[in-house]
Amino acid sequence: MTDTATQELAPLKVEKPRNQWLDVWDQFKSHKGAMAGLIFLIFITLFCAFGPLLWNVDPGKLDVRNKDVRPIYMLLFDGEAKVNWANPMGTDNLGRDIMANIMQGGRISLAVGWTAMILAVLLGTLIGVLAGYFRRLDGLLMRFTDLVLSLPLLPLLLVMMLLFRDPLRATFGPENGIFILIVVGIGITSWMQTARIVRGDVMALKEREFVLAARSIGTPPRRMITRHILPNVMSPIMVSATLGLATAIITESALSFLGLGFPSDFPTWGKILFDSVDRMTAFPERVIWPGLAISLTVLAVNYIGDGLRDALDPRIRGL
Amino acid sequence: MLTYTIRRLLLSIPTLIFIAFVIFMLLELAPGDPMAQMPLTIPPEVKERMRAALGLDQPWWVRFPLWLNQFFIVEPQYWIDSTFGTSFAEGKQRLISFQSRSPVFDTIGQRLPQTLWVVGMSYVVGVLIALPIGIISAYKQYSVFDQAGTFVSMIGFSVPPFFSGVLLIVIFSVQLGWLPSIYDTTLVVNSWDTFMTQLRQMIMPVMVLALQTTAQVSRYMRASMLDNLSQDYVRTARAKGMSESVVVLKHVLRNSMIPVVTVIALGIPSIFGGAIITEQIFKVNGLGQLLILALQGNDIPMVMTITFLLAVLIVMMNLIADILYGILDPRIRYD
Amino acid sequence: MKLKTALMGAVAGMILAPMAYADGHVGERGRDGNVNIIYWQAVSTMNPYLSGGTKEIEAASLVIEPLARYDAGGTLVPFLATEVPTIANGGVSEDLTTITWQLKPDLLWSDGTAVTAADVIFTWQYCTAEGGGCAQAAKFEGVESVEALDDLTIKITFEGPKPYPYNAFVGGQSPIIQAAQFADCLGPKAPECTDANFNPIGTGPFTVTNFLTNDVISLAANENYREPGKPAFATVNFKGGGDAASAGRSVLETGEFDYAWNLQLAPDVISAMMAGGQGEVLSAFGTNIERLEMNLTDPSPSLPEGERATVMHPHPFLTDGRVRKALSIAIDRQILVDVGYGPAGQPNCNLVPAPALYASDNTECLTQNIPGAIALLEEAGFMPGPDGIRVNADGVRLSVLFQTSTNAVRQDVQALIKADWEQIGVETELRNIDAGVFFGGDPGSPDTFQRFYADVEMYTNNFEGNDPQAYLAAYKCGNEPRPESQWQGENINRVCDAGYDAMIAEYAATSDPAARAALAIKMNDFLTKDNNIIVPLIYRGRVSARSNTLGGVELNSWDSELWNIADWYRISN
Repeated sequence: MTDTATQELAPLKVEKPRNQWLDVWDQFKSHKGAMAGLIFLIFITLFCAFGPLLWNVDPGKLDVRNKDVRPIYMLLFDGEAKVNWANPMGTDNLGRDIMANIMQGGRISLAVGWTAMILAVLLGTLIGVLAGYFRRLDGLLMRFTDLVLSLPLLPLLLVMMLLFRDPLRATFGPENGIFILIVVGIGITSWMQTARIVRGDVMALKEREFVLAARSIGTPPRRMITRHILPNVMSPIMVSATLGLATAIITESALSFLGLGFPSDFPTWGKILFDSVDRMTAFPERVIWPGLAISLTVLAVNYIGDGLRDALDPRIRGL
Repeated sequence: MLTYTIRRLLLSIPTLIFIAFVIFMLLELAPGDPMAQMPLTIPPEVKERMRAALGLDQPWWVRFPLWLNQFFIVEPQYWIDSTFGTSFAEGKQRLISFQSRSPVFDTIGQRLPQTLWVVGMSYVVGVLIALPIGIISAYKQYSVFDQAGTFVSMIGFSVPPFFSGVLLIVIFSVQLGWLPSIYDTTLVVNSWDTFMTQLRQMIMPVMVLALQTTAQVSRYMRASMLDNLSQDYVRTARAKGMSESVVVLKHVLRNSMIPVVTVIALGIPSIFGGAIITEQIFKVNGLGQLLILALQGNDIPMVMTITFLLAVLIVMMNLIADILYGILDPRIRYD
Repeated sequence: MKLKTALMGAVAGMILAPMAYADGHVGERGRDGNVNIIYWQAVSTMNPYLSGGTKEIEAASLVIEPLARYDAGGTLVPFLATEVPTIANGGVSEDLTTITWQLKPDLLWSDGTAVTAADVIFTWQYCTAEGGGCAQAAKFEGVESVEALDDLTIKITFEGPKPYPYNAFVGGQSPIIQAAQFADCLGPKAPECTDANFNPIGTGPFTVTNFLTNDVISLAANENYREPGKPAFATVNFKGGGDAASAGRSVLETGEFDYAWNLQLAPDVISAMMAGGQGEVLSAFGTNIERLEMNLTDPSPSLPEGERATVMHPHPFLTDGRVRKALSIAIDRQILVDVGYGPAGQPNCNLVPAPALYASDNTECLTQNIPGAIALLEEAGFMPGPDGIRVNADGVRLSVLFQTSTNAVRQDVQALIKADWEQIGVETELRNIDAGVFFGGDPGSPDTFQRFYADVEMYTNNFEGNDPQAYLAAYKCGNEPRPESQWQGENINRVCDAGYDAMIAEYAATSDPAARAALAIKMNDFLTKDNNIIVPLIYRGRVSARSNTLGGVELNSWDSELWNIADWYRISN
């Protein structure tokens, strides 16, 4: 019964009257939260990816005479507020346009969040499954996990910067070089929890009846893992992925704060939020917008994860 | 299980020494200098002599065995001396911090109480809140309670403490003036009043930290419960006429605990690692603040000792988690 | 906290009774109860000889004192000494090789024993002992011997003539420590004396009652303090940790603390906090100059390691004085101050901004001059390329890598300067580096400010006391950081000029104050106005906050900020 659930990423076959991925989609559609999450995620991605094409303002452009402009909706509460139609969401203390910064920052935060999360989840799942399923690998892989868990993040990143920054900068340019470094840095230091959780679940699953049954008919380990084990550890992986996305976005902001992140003229959601904390009573919009963007993105991913989990579970879909 | 435990304990000794070596080499490779925080008015020659006085003129293959010796031999000898009045450690140099030039273990000892009060308390509170939330959310999936729990916990998790902490201070200390924004580490709790003071100064940091723990643990609890609630054995148990509370709290909960135990076990070492940002915002000055200051000041003996103690905790907690798996699910065997 | 203060005040009031003292500047010692001080960088030790950090020097100044200090105006005032020795009063010998200090009579340590010349001699021995790694060793450089002429008279003999003899035992950096307490702590044994380092016996207004390293210090009034009726406070709670914003908030908005040190915050943040109405912000100016350093050598990564950023390869365009000048006058310094510093900064064009006698009349850079900068670049042969970035005939692009340490204000300033330089067709890449790496001297790291693998860098520097001899001598030929010196050295720009070196030598041999000042101005102008090798941006002051109820604070930028804490008192409402 679990088997029917996950035909491994079969491409959509149009000639089939009822494709099982359509079933999954139908089930997914019925999950209101997941649909809302998906719509929001598409919206925020389009907003960040294509927004700068429509809102053609350089996020790094300083205009000190035009600093501390409030968002236009402030007119509703206070007719005297300093607003400017050219900066609908206001400007910061150096006169940079906040809307352009949120768009540009979103590009980076989303890219860092997704890439680091996917890297961490893939690594974590791989190591967790291998350690849980193959007893011979367990000791070595788990001691390695202990080692990585013990390493202090800050010196690790400093060493990575020292060793790889200049080669990466030379190969990919200053921005992409730093991007790769940060993504890899966050990715390789956040897979351990996923690995340990997946391993624990796999060890328990391995002894379940359906696995014993599958093994008794001679299913090879690769098929065992992909068809029987993995589908059953999807839900903790989904949770790790959601939490991992939030952690990656926030870790990135902590890194820029420590001088290990992107150059200072490079906005990210986390950094806009961090820079604005000191001014949050006078200019609440500067913390609300980036804060909302991060929270809603994480929330959206969480609901999509919930919806996917339900949709992939035949016991629920069958109802 | 006993032989497994003993084997793992023995195996953890070389593992830990290897971890210590890797951490040491990492710190060695990392750029940085204990003299970085000195004013630029101190001439380079003087800084060079100060480095030599810290022992930094020696190569790593001299300093690493020296650290091992001080950590594993001199410090235990010192404790034995101070407990039994012997004099094994006489004339031997203890582990000395670069920044304060005082014994590393004395400082760690000073920091433990406030770390346990604040970070430990928030962890316990967080887990205690998270477990019922996770269970109820899963049992009543998509109920109002579940939706609200999901919403609050995901928002809580995605708002970084550097924002939520300052927000709390602005509301409760600046606007309302109810709670102190600065934690008094010298406060001695010896009466009802001092206890209330302690409680008042703990509320905000504990809230910020517990929110993070709650969000994380409750999500895993909920997901794992959901997986198990739809299993065949639950239907069987219900069919047998077992009461709903027995089914959920005994069978399903027990089978759902494996990922939760993993997460909780992984979280305990991080209590002792402190909460760097939250400690800084509320000026709790626990182990997290100690570690970050040591990292910023390149205080190698301090960083090395704290991270190594954390490594010991990580290895031990993961061992305990592995043993608990076997207890929760007797089908899991290690031998 | 307020309750505690109130209680202590009540207790003191009951004991001392006379109401006349309640708001006065005078009265019994300890009459005003507790004072709360917050340093957002926590103090590690109370021994400034083991740690050269500013925070340690300032905390120690509550307990241990030097013979003389600089007051808020930058002039020397006697503390443990009866007067400041000069040639005029016979304290300094005519040949400038000796200085004789006279201790005040009847001085007592906080443990009740007498302060003698032996303690002063011991302090010198302590800091110069082999293997001790004394942070203040530079203060005793050139000192041949320190001897006691009698119990209260100390004679310091220098190896040669010393035109400026006020280094040893002067200022918060070199206070007198008690010989009896530190006798067993010489040289390599210094760090073993944890108790002494955390709780030194001193002559200052307070003594340590409890010291938690990197956290909080509790102090109580010194019963043996030399001035009766001082200090007004019975106890000090000296808290460390957090960040500048929260320290400011605790004084200016919540009123939990009385004094907050070093509020490096953007001016709009500070003024928003001031609206809290609980306190005020103070600032004072010493010799700190935030500057741009121009790299005269080529930091290009294409050069082999060991030759990169060394004098072997001159910089492709920053060796041209016109380019450097253009970069300097294109900057709008007033906006940098408005956005980043507020009361803590003033636009400035000098490397030596103070004392007044030493400050050059150099104001050209104060007004932004974009057309002038463009004209200079065009004169130097740099014309706009297809992308707007200027290129010369040899294809050299005006593309600058601009680095500094990580710090919110510096990043704002970086962004503003980048915008200014864009206007004159100079491309700027910004980089910020963790302060622990940037200011560290790790020869293995490519990111230290000494290594200077960038075209321009920004940081602040100053000189201690009121004489810039060592500060100006840094830019001597051969003093540049290079691979052979493990990248140590103070000549960050790699300047080498025979005329300048001659001025350094002349300065070291001149004793007449007016002549010294004239030379210092000439040297300052060589590095700044004439050549723009160093481009000063902002004259930075100290900014601290005091609560409205704390009186007697006189912010000092030449010595410890807490130099006159004995005179602080509580203003009652």
